[in-house]
Amino acid sequence: MKEVIIGLEVHVQLNKLRSKLFCSCSTQYHDSEPDTHTCPVCLGLPGALPVTNGKAVDNAIKVALALNCNIEEWTMFYRKNYYYPDLVKGFQISQYDYPIATNGSISLDMEGGERIIRIKRVHMEEDPGKLVHVGTIDKSRYSLIDYNRSGMALLEVVTEPDLRTPKEARLFLNKLKNILEYLDVFDSSLEGSLRVDANISLAGGARAEIKNISSYKGVEKALLFEIVRQNNLVRRGVKVVQETRHFDEVRGITISLRTKEGEEDYRYFPEPDLVPITIADRVDDIKKTLPELPDAKRQRFVLQYGISDNHAKVLISELGLANFFETVATEVDANLSATWVADILKGELNYRDLDISAFSPNHMVQILQVLKKDTITENGAVQVIRTILDEGGTPSEIVKIKSKDLLKMDVDASENITLRVIEENPGAFQDFCKGKNEAMHFLMGQVMKETHGTVNRSTVIELLNKSKKEKLQNAPDNHREA
Amino acid sequence: MITKKTVDHLGWLARIKLTEEEKEKFPDQLNSILDYFEKLDEVEADVSPTHHVLGLTNVFRDDVAGQSISQEDALGNAPRKERGYFKGPRII
Ligand SMILES: [Zn+2]
Repeated sequence: MKEVIIGLEVHVQLNKLRSKLFCSCSTQYHDSEPDTHTCPVCLGLPGALPVTNGKAVDNAIKVALALNCNIEEWTMFYRKNYYYPDLVKGFQISQYDYPIATNGSISLDMEGGERIIRIKRVHMEEDPGKLVHVGTIDKSRYSLIDYNRSGMALLEVVTEPDLRTPKEARLFLNKLKNILEYLDVFDSSLEGSLRVDANISLAGGARAEIKNISSYKGVEKALLFEIVRQNNLVRRGVKVVQETRHFDEVRGITISLRTKEGEEDYRYFPEPDLVPITIADRVDDIKKTLPELPDAKRQRFVLQYGISDNHAKVLISELGLANFFETVATEVDANLSATWVADILKGELNYRDLDISAFSPNHMVQILQVLKKDTITENGAVQVIRTILDEGGTPSEIVKIKSKDLLKMDVDASENITLRVIEENPGAFQDFCKGKNEAMHFLMGQVMKETHGTVNRSTVIELLNKSKKEKLQNAPDNHREA
Repeated sequence: MITKKTVDHLGWLARIKLTEEEKEKFPDQLNSILDYFEKLDEVEADVSPTHHVLGLTNVFRDDVAGQSISQEDALGNAPRKERGYFKGPRII
């Protein structure tokens, strides 16, 4: 297999802003009728003049700093000329040879170790409108256009061709999303918040540019398809041609777009309606507002709370989850908190496709406190979490109502069941007495099955050991393992 | 050098339909205009580029959402519309 070379151009909406990039139309259009959030500027009507949203520039600088970029002394806008139905003016206000920042990097945590993906440049531009295809893109007879999105502030993040697998591309996007959300400039849950153009080639071959992939999963799928397509061409002795392709999300394939426009056809020239922006003088103030970023938080969690790096990695993957953990960890044991938040609660949330905001940190604290006091079992605690997620309620209410199931069975009952399991499985018990670990796990499994997990593991182990001792005393000639 | 082929491509980029006659006529005219630009070569090379004629920098507005126009007004100039959308040509 030939080496795969991937570079990404990621367009993210700075959708935490209140207004668009060059006009004061609201950014809150997502639940609105089409073409209800427009004005002469974002409709490109003659005579309308753009004025730059200062906070958009500040947010762009924030992102550039977080991506370890060089911030340029000053920056300016250009007109990028092309005709497309989603572009109101026949040009897009974008940036060209004076982007806001260059030469950054993102570090990825791969199985084989750290991978540094270089960022070539970061620049600002306005979002075009949204095309609604009637039917599939290659068959529709006309298009419908909603300009609510027109003029939204976009940030384009361009990587060097440093990515080697579709999975790396996905991890890169996740990391970028993670950083943007920490910076509080980006809400990834909003439709259309991220679009990706992916360049992909096999070593030595021409590259295909896949345009406008609109989901995280789509990027990985489109790249996987392209690798197969290009490999098949090479195998059949057909040359891969350099071209632009469209990713059909529904069919999971890429289609040649046969565009006639090349880079020089965009006829970039300075936007005469917007004046240059000096940025170097804003950097120091903005640096002071930068929050703790994911990599730094992961290190701090390990150092400050003594939790495992694996737990820290899961916990920092969402800012909400990291904050949730810290709230819980200040009330109960940090390692216990990490296990229950990162492993158990996160798993239950994922299973239900829910966000961490669906669960209260106070409830988690209460559950872990009763668990620590040994009034409920681990399994009982999981039941409480599930009940809260599925039916609502508070931990104390649920423990009260379901006390029969959740409260630890008394030791007598545990003992009866454990003794019965020993009686019913003499072979396994014999092996256990010989010190075989699998036999212990088997017996434990039987007891848990009988009791639906409502007994404490340590109680069962105690009982098993007690029985073993008794057995060995009754038969002193049996081999004794220390 | 602008050839008939360049004119044909420029016409496509600008979405202008050119007649055969125009495609024959325009290359010479455009070339003579470009020749005139060659005068710029006489300027000393160490002149720094002018990015903007106003001499202003950093003109910003605050990030405050204001009033948009109505859907009816937005679509007012549209020759074709459908269900609140602008209607455009098929793409590709
Ligand atoms: Zn507007």
